[in-house]
Amino acid sequence: MTQKEKKLLSCSHLNIGYENQTVLEDVSFDLTRGDYLCVVGENGAGKSTLIKCLAGLMKPMSGSIALAKGLSRRDVGYLPQQTAIQRDFPASVREVVLSGCLNNSRLLPFYTKEDKARAAKFMAELGIDDISERSYRELSGGQQQRVLLARALCASRKLLILDEPVTGLDPIVTAEIYEIIKEINRRHHTTIIMVSHDVKTAVKSANRILHVKNTVQFCGKTEDYVKSAVGRAFIGG
Amino acid sequence: MWEMFSYPFIIRALVVGILVSLCSALLGVNLVLKRYSMIGDGLSHVAFSAMAVATVMNWAPLWVAIPVVIAASILLLRLSANSRIKGDSAIALVSTGALAVGVFIISMKSGINTDINNYMFGSVLAISKSDVALSVGLSLAVLALYVVFYNKIFAVTFDEPFARATGIRAGFYNMLIAVLTAVTIVLGMRMIGALLISSLIIFPAMSSMRVFKSFRNVIICSAVISVVCFFTGLMVSYQYSAPTGASVVIINLVVFAVFCAVDWVRANVKHN
Repeated sequence: MTQKEKKLLSCSHLNIGYENQTVLEDVSFDLTRGDYLCVVGENGAGKSTLIKCLAGLMKPMSGSIALAKGLSRRDVGYLPQQTAIQRDFPASVREVVLSGCLNNSRLLPFYTKEDKARAAKFMAELGIDDISERSYRELSGGQQQRVLLARALCASRKLLILDEPVTGLDPIVTAEIYEIIKEINRRHHTTIIMVSHDVKTAVKSANRILHVKNTVQFCGKTEDYVKSAVGRAFIGG
Repeated sequence: MWEMFSYPFIIRALVVGILVSLCSALLGVNLVLKRYSMIGDGLSHVAFSAMAVATVMNWAPLWVAIPVVIAASILLLRLSANSRIKGDSAIALVSTGALAVGVFIISMKSGINTDINNYMFGSVLAISKSDVALSVGLSLAVLALYVVFYNKIFAVTFDEPFARATGIRAGFYNMLIAVLTAVTIVLGMRMIGALLISSLIIFPAMSSMRVFKSFRNVIICSAVISVVCFFTGLMVSYQYSAPTGASVVIINLVVFAVFCAVDWVRANVKHN
C-alpha cells in the first residue's frame, strides 16, 4: 500500500468558529488507517468544536476536510457528549445499539437480520449483551458509554470520532473505557479520533497527538510530543 | 347508553377521534422527549386563527388550517434550533400572537360566538360528513409515515448529533415530525378544542413513560392509553352531556394518576 492509499482523512488549513468568532485557526493534519489521534488542550481551546467539524455537524469557516476515496459520512462512527434528553429517555440497550445500524439500512424501514447480528456482536464484544433489555437511563455512566460505543461501532468500524468519552466517570471505569477503545483500535485497525482533557492517559494510548490552543501547538507522533516543550509543560501541569 | 352509537355524528367522531388519538399518542412520545410538549398548544392556536379567517371568508376551515399550521410548525422547530428565541418562548410568542389575531378577526364578524366556543373547547358535532374522508385519509397517512420512519425518528429523537454525524438526514426527519404534528393538531383540535389538544399529545406519553422502559413499549402503551381514553371520554361526555374534549382529558388525567401510583408502588416494593 502506498502512503496515499492508506490516508483516511486529511484536513488542510481549517479555520473553525461560530458566526464571525474564530475559535481555532489553521489546523492541518493527515490521518492514516489505524491511527489513534488524541486531541488535547485546555478547556475552551476549541477541541470539541474541531470534533464537531470532523463529524460533519458544523462547517468550517474555511479550509477543507477530505475523506479518503470510497469513504463517506456513512463510514463514520461518532460518540457525542451525552445530552440532557438521554437521561430520562425510555429506550432499551438493544434499541440504542441498533440505531447505529441505520446508516446501513438505506431505504429499508426496518432492521435486517444482518443489522441485528451486527448489534448483537458488538454488544457481546463490549460486554453489554446481558443487559440488552435493560433501560438505558437506568444504567451506570460506564455502562452507558459502552452502549454508545457499541452503537458507534455498529455505524462504522473504519473511523470512530469520540468526544470526551470518559467525562464524569470514576477512575476505574475511565481506565476500562480507555482499554476498550485501545482494544478496538488494535484489533480492528479502526482509526480513532478522540478528544480528551486527560492528557496523561492520552499519551499512553494514542499514537498521535494534536494539541490545540486557538491554533495548533503540536501535531505529530506521541513520542515526540512527550519530549516537546509544549507537551512537557502540559503533562507536567 | 349504547344507543349513542346509532347516531351517525357519534360514529364519525369515534372514527376520526380514534385515529387522531393514535397519531397524537405516537408523536407525543417524541415531542415530550424532545422537550416540545407545548408545541401542540402553540399550533392549535395558530389553527384557531386560521380557522377564524376561514370562517370569516367562508372558506373550508381544514383546507386553510392545515397548510398554515404546517408552516407554523416548521417555523417553530427551525426557530428553536438556531436562533436567540428559545423553544418555550418561541412557542409562547406564536401561540398568544396567533390567538390574539384569531379573536380579533372573528370579532369583526358578529354572531359567530358558537364557532369560537367550538374551536376553543371542541365539539363532537364539528366533524361534518365531508370532513370525515379527509380526516381519515390524513390520519392514516400520518400513521403510515410514522411506522415507516419509526427507527429513524427514534434515532433522531434519542441523539440528533449522532444521527447527523452518521449520515441520517436529521433535518428531514425533524421536518417530518413537524408536519405530522401539525396535521394531527388540526384534525384533533376541532373535537378536543384548541385549549385542550396538547393534553392529547402529552398525557399518554407521560403515563406510559412512568411504567415502561423501552421505546417500543412506551409507544405501544401510549397508543393503547390514548385510544382507550378517547373512547371512554366520548362515552362519558355523551352520558353527562359534557364537552368531549374535557371528558377525554379528565380520563387521561385519571390514567396518568394510576400509572404514577403503579410506578410509585413498584419503586417502593423493590426497596423493601
